[in-house]
Amino acid sequence: MSSFLKGIKKPFLVTIALLLICGVVYPLLLTGISQIILPKQANGSMIIINGQSVGSELVGQDFSDARFMKGRPSAVNYNTYTQKDKESGDYTGVGSGSKNYAPTNPDLVKRVEADIAEFLKANTSVKKQDIPTDLLTASGSGLDPHISPAAASVQIPALVKTTGLSKETLEGIVEANTEDKFLGFFGEETVNVLMVNLDIAKKLGLLK
Amino acid sequence: MLQVLIFLAVFIAVIFPMGKYLYHIALGQRTFADPVFDRMDNVIYRICGIDRKEMNWKQYAIAMLATNAIMVFVGYLILRIQSLPILNPNGIGSMESSLSFNTIISFITNTNLQHYSGESGLSYMSQMLVIIFMMFTSAATGFSVAIAAIRGFAGKTKTMGNFYADLVRITTRVLLPLSFMIGLVLVSQGVVQNLSPNTTVQTIEGKFQDIAMGPIAALESIKHLGTNGGGFLGANSTTPFENPNILTNMIEMLSMMILPGACVVMFGLMVRSRKKETERGIEKKRVLFGSEAKPIFAVMLIIFVVGIAVCFGAEQAGNPALEKAGLSQSMGNMEGKEMRFGIAQSSLFTTVTTAFTTGSINNMHDTLTPLGGIVPLMNMMLNLVFGGKGVGLMNMILYVILTVFICGLMVGRTPEYLAKKIEGKEMKLTALGIIIHPLLILAFSALALAVPAGLAGITNSGHHGLTQVVYEYASSAANNGSGFEGLADNTYFWNITTGLVMFFGRYLSIIISLAIASSLMLKQPVSESIGTLRTNTRTFTISLLMVIIIIAALTFFPALVLGPIAEHMNLWS
Repeated sequence: MSSFLKGIKKPFLVTIALLLICGVVYPLLLTGISQIILPKQANGSMIIINGQSVGSELVGQDFSDARFMKGRPSAVNYNTYTQKDKESGDYTGVGSGSKNYAPTNPDLVKRVEADIAEFLKANTSVKKQDIPTDLLTASGSGLDPHISPAAASVQIPALVKTTGLSKETLEGIVEANTEDKFLGFFGEETVNVLMVNLDIAKKLGLLK
Repeated sequence: MLQVLIFLAVFIAVIFPMGKYLYHIALGQRTFADPVFDRMDNVIYRICGIDRKEMNWKQYAIAMLATNAIMVFVGYLILRIQSLPILNPNGIGSMESSLSFNTIISFITNTNLQHYSGESGLSYMSQMLVIIFMMFTSAATGFSVAIAAIRGFAGKTKTMGNFYADLVRITTRVLLPLSFMIGLVLVSQGVVQNLSPNTTVQTIEGKFQDIAMGPIAALESIKHLGTNGGGFLGANSTTPFENPNILTNMIEMLSMMILPGACVVMFGLMVRSRKKETERGIEKKRVLFGSEAKPIFAVMLIIFVVGIAVCFGAEQAGNPALEKAGLSQSMGNMEGKEMRFGIAQSSLFTTVTTAFTTGSINNMHDTLTPLGGIVPLMNMMLNLVFGGKGVGLMNMILYVILTVFICGLMVGRTPEYLAKKIEGKEMKLTALGIIIHPLLILAFSALALAVPAGLAGITNSGHHGLTQVVYEYASSAANNGSGFEGLADNTYFWNITTGLVMFFGRYLSIIISLAIASSLMLKQPVSESIGTLRTNTRTFTISLLMVIIIIAALTFFPALVLGPIAEHMNLWS
């Protein structure tokens, strides 16, 4: 027995030492330094309006008001919910992910067909074949804050009607919230839907 | 494709200095950072009573197993009591026992298969004390073993080194400083790092939104550096808080590639016979690559690049089923992908994460097109395209030995590798090492398809369902950890079977590698003669590639035909 104890003494001590260094000191040190030098990013890049946070620059939101631009479908509804959803159990807590539909899954086609019909009803001037793919396919995280520039511009005619803002104003807003490719050729051009909608809300005087 | 090529160029540029640094660490040579680290290591050695005595392969393996066993015990305990109000601002409950078993095996084996969802399954205490801790130690363990085995292959000593000293040195001198720097860069780009509870905001429409918080950046950097792959959040590196933009996407890919890539460079430097090269007059001041590492690196790179091309092509082609439904597919198959990454960076990430056996994802692999999904599946089935922390290199060396043997038989030369004769004992171990991987994947897939508990997990019907099952076990056996996440896998059956596959996939191959290395180490070196089959030539590179393709085709072709290939035929018919 004593030789067994002696045998596991070293592994045990190494485990505890590494547990403290890697599991406690390292994450706490990184937290401390990040909080001091990069407090905004380390706390989620929150958007504060009139002292209230209305969301994060990096996380998408679900929008149902016709005056706002729509993002991509989300399996977790962007963790956005109303008091009613919470009480009825439709919202079960913070999560992320997608429905994981295989390309051959019939439910995928069903969802896309339903979304096409709904989109065409709201955007009467748009032809079916002009709907950009990203707008009606679900993101992997369910929290994607972006759509493609094409998916933004295809929504503008309908937004002109619902918001009463001019086409140029809306195009200006989209332009201002479009991010170029990194260094000009890495990644994709993206439009941040939440930032667009914040600008629309400002123009409409919805934000006090 | 330009962005992919430039990215690969950066990868190749960074692994050489890193490989050189690792080489110095492995041999205990002086490096620029010694004054700091020597002091730190000596404190740890003194507290833990590490004497740095040289070990033979059995002692090394036992030390490794004992340390891992204690880590498992401690980690399991923490998961079971995580509901305590320590670093648990979101009030997460304790983890159920079969899920805890699966999780702990998953993280100790560097697999990081996750049958839980981070937001609702783990408290911050568990994320730090179990997940982050094991991400460091499992990576360092794999790396230590690889270094020990390479010491054996190099044959310059008669012992394999000291496991505890290797473990500590790699953690303090490689993983911790790199993780810290990369973590800080990730925070600057928007990756969250705090200990606050999840926040709820009121949106401009008057609805509410919950936003997950936590020490994400600390986990994110070691997750990739250690080729671990388990996400803080359920959807892993697809989520904006784990991977906010294209820069972080590339940093995360590079961090998973740098150490396995550098490992090959280190191997080349360690087994290089200085004397021989001096005689030939090719001694240079700075040697980038040992010549023995060249064929290995070339084969890995070829399979890797072909994988990227196939995956990119398949995803760009889009989904004909949606085309039929009227949704234009000119942008490619965007279901399950993030807009900021698009097709190119998503297919690149998919290939990288499975080749380097990390298993983090920036798009949902279950939603990949059938041929796009074959690439990650093949990478895991081969498990030698760079691979995780040295483990992929060890698998590749098994194939090198096999190739030496087969080529030796064909041309009637004595099978030798690195100036050591390959004999019956090594060949038996090599065959065992090669066969275990497909055996685990295929036998357990067959089991899952034969029992109702296994079939219950399948969520996509038809051929894709088979792929879901095979993918899950391939990911477990290769210690990758990505998944066709549609699989409903948090059940007793899936938790226990994948736990077993991960365990055997990891430890059997490690022990076999050590045994072969030790057996070769103890042999008398033979001097190179006209009858020696040279293993650093172009011919040998091609033979190695062919042997790998033939073995892979023989073992996995039927499963691939019934799964993704049949699905592809259906989809495009």
